[in-house]
Amino acid sequence: MKFSVTVTLKKDVLDPQGKVVQNTLLNLGMDNLKSIRQGKFFEIEIDEKDEEVAKKRINEMCQKLLANLIIEDYKINKL
Amino acid sequence: MKSSVIVFPGSNCDRDIAVALEKMQFKNQMVWHKETTLPKSDLIVIPGGFSYGDYLRSGAIAGKSLIIEEVIKAANSGCFILGICNGFQILTETGLLKGTLLRNKNLKFINRDVNIKVINNSSKFTSKYKLGQVLKINIAHNEGNYFTDDKHLKELKRENLIAFKYCDEKGKISEDSNPNGAIENIAGILNAKKNILGMMPHPERMIDKLVSNTDGLNLFSSLLN
Repeated sequence: MKFSVTVTLKKDVLDPQGKVVQNTLLNLGMDNLKSIRQGKFFEIEIDEKDEEVAKKRINEMCQKLLANLIIEDYKINKL
Repeated sequence: MKSSVIVFPGSNCDRDIAVALEKMQFKNQMVWHKETTLPKSDLIVIPGGFSYGDYLRSGAIAGKSLIIEEVIKAANSGCFILGICNGFQILTETGLLKGTLLRNKNLKFINRDVNIKVINNSSKFTSKYKLGQVLKINIAHNEGNYFTDDKHLKELKRENLIAFKYCDEKGKISEDSNPNGAIENIAGILNAKKNILGMMPHPERMIDKLVSNTDGLNLFSSLLN
């Protein structure tokens, strides 16, 4: 079973990298661009048949290592 | 006094801190991260560097290593723990210190001597400094922008847990004297029990007039007191 996890900075945490990417795109003429937040993407394969059990495990992975919950949020999606 | 320096793949200030500790007559041992037991120590130092190449987040992988379990046990039983630079980042990833270190606000790696002010001189790490004393200490980091939530920030102030703040050479604390965007110019913090200090500046680089100054020495002599 495959899942994706995206980790992004929380709304109220400053994202200087996202800001620089945003400014560069604006300079390239993307004038309707409103905002960019940069994050991380993980593709995770897990040896498990029960989707609920697998999701629980992935959640544990996010909490223990993949995200720093002080500054980051995460989303899990089944692929 | 016995000290241990934990060495991870990518640590690069481990020799410097060992030299500083030995100069101050600590009986020091280097401990490779794969060890599962710690030698008896009064002080454990997590040195600066780029453990695991800063993969995932600075300090994230080192923060889950085998030896860290032992460091947490030692910390909980009152052993003194000092985390410098990457060591500070690792301590926040283990949860021994609250908050985290974000990317520098200007997105640049900063390597220069900065001024920091002693905010707490009643801890075991800082007792030899004068309150409000201005030190000149080297910083060299990409993620030194300390961040924490409001609740913890209040606790830091209420319990006098802020050890050092970035300032100018006269001791003025302002945005202009903040090199990396750290919240309230925080350069180093203590845990609630005050046996753990995490700081971004490198006191181990300031122990010899020949190469820098000696502003870092009192941190080590405070511990010997």
